[in-house]
Order: sequence, then C-alpha cells, then structure tokens
Amino acid sequence: MWDAGETILNLWNVGVWYGDYHALRGVSMDMRRNEITALIGPSGCGKSTLLRSLNRMNDLIPGTRVDGSITVQGQDIYAPDVDPVEVRRHIGMVFQKPNPFPKSIYDNVAYGPRVLGQKKGLDDVVEEALTRAALWDEVKDKLKSSGLALSGGQQQRLCIARCIAVRPQIILMDEPCASLDPIATLKIEDLMQELASDYTIIIVTHNMQQAARVSDRTAFFTAKLDGDGERFGELVEYDVTHTMFTQPKDQRTEDYVSGRYG
Amino acid sequence: MSPTLDDIAPLEIEAGTLQSHHSELPEKGFRWVLLLSLAIALLTLAALLAFILVSGAPRFNLQLFTNMPSIRLPEIAGAQSAITGTIWVIVTTAVISLPVGIMAAVYLEEYGNPNGRFHRLVEINIQNLAAVPSIVYGILGLGVIARALALGQTVITAALTLSLLILPIIIISTREAIRAVPQSIRFGSMALGATKWQTIWKQVLPAATPGTATGAILALSRAIGEAAPLLLLGAVTFITFNPNGLMSSYTVMPIQIYNWVSQSRDAFHVLAAALCIVLLLLLLLMNGAAIFLRNKYQKRW
Repeated sequence: MWDAGETILNLWNVGVWYGDYHALRGVSMDMRRNEITALIGPSGCGKSTLLRSLNRMNDLIPGTRVDGSITVQGQDIYAPDVDPVEVRRHIGMVFQKPNPFPKSIYDNVAYGPRVLGQKKGLDDVVEEALTRAALWDEVKDKLKSSGLALSGGQQQRLCIARCIAVRPQIILMDEPCASLDPIATLKIEDLMQELASDYTIIIVTHNMQQAARVSDRTAFFTAKLDGDGERFGELVEYDVTHTMFTQPKDQRTEDYVSGRYG
Repeated sequence: MSPTLDDIAPLEIEAGTLQSHHSELPEKGFRWVLLLSLAIALLTLAALLAFILVSGAPRFNLQLFTNMPSIRLPEIAGAQSAITGTIWVIVTTAVISLPVGIMAAVYLEEYGNPNGRFHRLVEINIQNLAAVPSIVYGILGLGVIARALALGQTVITAALTLSLLILPIIIISTREAIRAVPQSIRFGSMALGATKWQTIWKQVLPAATPGTATGAILALSRAIGEAAPLLLLGAVTFITFNPNGLMSSYTVMPIQIYNWVSQSRDAFHVLAAALCIVLLLLLLLMNGAAIFLRNKYQKRW
C-alpha cells in the first residue's frame, strides 16, 4: 500500500497567512495518485485552510497568502504564470454544505463543461457524471427539476457529479458529510471509494471513523501556541491510515484518535 | 444565608399569586391608539382615491387616449401626447439607468474593496443621493444636460435627468439583491473553473434578477410620477403632437395634469382628475408587478 501510487501533490514547508496572521505553518507532505488522503484534527488546526490552498480557493479570501511550495505533478500551482482558474478546473472541490446552483439538475452538471466552452455532447457528459456519482438512477426522469429539490445527500452527490463533469485529476472534499445523516454519509463514502480508482481524493473530516473507513493515508493536524501566544496549525503526523489509528508515533495523535482529546 | 441571596430567592406560589395585578386600561387603550393611527392613514388615502375617481369618471373614456389636448374645447380634449410622452421618457430612462445602475452595483459588490476609503465614500454618497430632492436634479439637468450639452427641451434631456434621479435607488436595490446571493454559489462556480466574470454573469446576476427587477420597477414608477424636475427642464405644458424621437419636444402625464389644474374652467379640472386615474392605474400596475415578482421568485437556498 505504502508504495502504491506515485506522488501527485507535493507540499514543501507550506504556510498560510491571513493578513499578518500566520495560520498554518511548515506543512510538508506528499499525496499519492488514486489514493484517498484524509486530513483530520480539532477545529482551528488549519486543515480546511490547507485544503483550500490546494486549488487556490484561498485566493478568493482577501488578504490570504501562501508560502512554501505546492506542486501538482511537478508544476508549482503558485507560480506567477499559473492561472488560478485553470488550477481549479483540474483540482475540483466539494464543499461542507451541499451548494447546488438554483438551476435544474441537468444545468448544474452541464455548468462546468459549458463555462469551459463545450456545447455539443452535453447529454452524454451529464449522464456519465451522474452515473459516476451514483445519482443517475434516482434523477434520470427529472433532470429538468431544480437541484434544490433533492435531499441533502442527493444534493451532495449532485455536487460531486458537477465536479467530475469537468474531468478534474484531484477532488478536494471539505467535510462533505458534515450536514448529512448516517445513511447519506455511507453512500458518499462508498462513492468516494469507487471514485478513487480514477481520481485522487483529499478529504477533510471531523469524523475519525470516517477517516479510518475510507482513507488510505491520514494526516493529523493540531493547533498550538507560538512564543508570542499566537495560535497556529501544524502537521503532527502523516502515515498510512491503519498505522495512524493503531500505532501512532506521536502522543498527540494517539490522544486524538483514541478520543481523549479534541 | 446572606441578604443578597435572599433578595432573589424563589417566590412562593400562593392563592392569588396567579391573578392579574395590573390594570386593563393601558393594554386596551394602546391598542385603540394604534388602530386610530392606521385608520387616519387609510381613510385619507381612500378619500383621495374616491375624490379622484368621482371627479374624473365623467371624462375617463377613450377620448382621453385618442385625442390631443385642446385649450379651447375641454369637452373633446384628450391626453394622448402626455401618455405617449410618458412612455417615451420612461422607456428611455429605463434603457439608460438600468444597465448603468446594475453595472455600478456589480462593481461595488463584486469588485470593490468594502473596507477601502473610496468604497465607503461612494457608499455614503449613494445613500445621500437617493435622498436629494428631485427639484435639485431638475436644476442639474437644466444647467448641464439641457444647456451645457445643448440637448435642449427634449425627451433625451428628461430621460437623462430622471436616470440620474433614480440611479441611486437602482444601485441600492441591486446591491441588496446581489448581496442576498449566498457566497457558496460563487465558490461553487469558481471551484468548477469558472472565471469571476462567468460566475457573475451566469450565477450571481440570474439569482439576483427578481430583486433587481423589483427595485427597478419601483424606481421607474417613482420617475413616472415626477413633475418637478421636468417643469424646470421645460417639458412643454401644452403639446398637441406625440414625440417622434429622442430629440423631440414632449410632455408627460404629471405635467399635463399640472397644466389642466391651473386652467380656470371646471371642465379642465375633470380632465385632470381623469388623467390622474390613468397615472394611478399605471403605478398600481407597476407596483403590483413588483410585488408579484418578489413573491413568485423568492429564493430558498
């Protein structure tokens, strides 16, 4: 398992700043192709911040700055000549709260290809994306009805379908099941494992059981205070998920995964 | 036990505790005062409407729409030139003010830095501009548009001036509509590789359309009723032809009403009331459309 995928994302000494506040410091890790990497840790440890810096969604928050280097297949995504819009196209994102557009199911999925200029063959793209997102059978007779009329779990799968319709290499998921019930959560987890054969998935989760169930590797982050009393997040330990949950090397990881802390 | 703790010790519930301990009068009296205030407002409005309907009814007929004004023969006079003039002026005003107002609002909401000095200055001034009396816009239009730009006493001068008058209202209502579009929609669009402009054009503006349309209709219905700035701008009070272009002379309904009311013969006053009915019906229609749009497209996210 450990040697399976090649490195697709490489993070070296990554830090994230909000204005003068150095929120996340010194993160170095590799994420591998066709694996599911889980980022876990208590609130305020910077895991969502890190996730958003992987497809430059942080650029949308004024005052945010990233240092260190983040490369995807060897290309620095923060290089001056890189267009963040292109980065986001190849590194997609699914959000904590399902956010379908106030449009039909069909138009939700076709939106990405359309903004990229595709006009023909949209029917096929929509069907394939919905099929891959395990939603086709539930919605094939009501593609014209609003995406907002679906249940929470269906909405989230619609957002996943919408994401894969633009053919990303990597899918970032920011607590994708946080607002879903346990059955909808299980469906999303099953879906993630199927998708991992084609995509690389990085998921932020508060749910340790979820990390243990679905991920190949887990990174544990925590928040601590620096010399000036400022709180910041850092990477504590990163390893194969099974090892992280059974034989963590760091005491803080052990406390967290065993539920004694956080 | 210390005295402080005693002060807030639980009260025993005994016989009589749960019976009323205050007088009924203020409770009931206050309710009547409120109702009376409402009645004053509603009855005044009702009286006004009744007065106009009764006075105008004899001349509220087809002639009003088909005939031109006449200074000598009130019995056959109509208001066609004022009605077409109003349509010309309002359509031109909408064509000018809507794109400008919506684009200004998009800039302020989506591109401007809300904490910048410039942004706050603009924000405060737009609020102030919305409260400037319309006669002041009339003076501005007269000095700058009619004279300095030499556009004269024409439809385009009136439309430009009324556009200035309602721009702040359009900008404010459009900004509110844009602000009501949740951030998650923008993020969802950007995360799919849409550019900022695509996100605004394909997601934000369509989602904000009902609110924008409501605000625009209310702003235009304000412009329709304006007489003061147009009096200054030389909307001619007596005109017997329909405007035939942007550079044409014109009159509008409020000006025609003003003209008829100032005539000495009673027959003209009946005409004025009849044209008031037309104006009120038009405004009622527009406000109704605004309410309909707001209720029909109220978004649930």
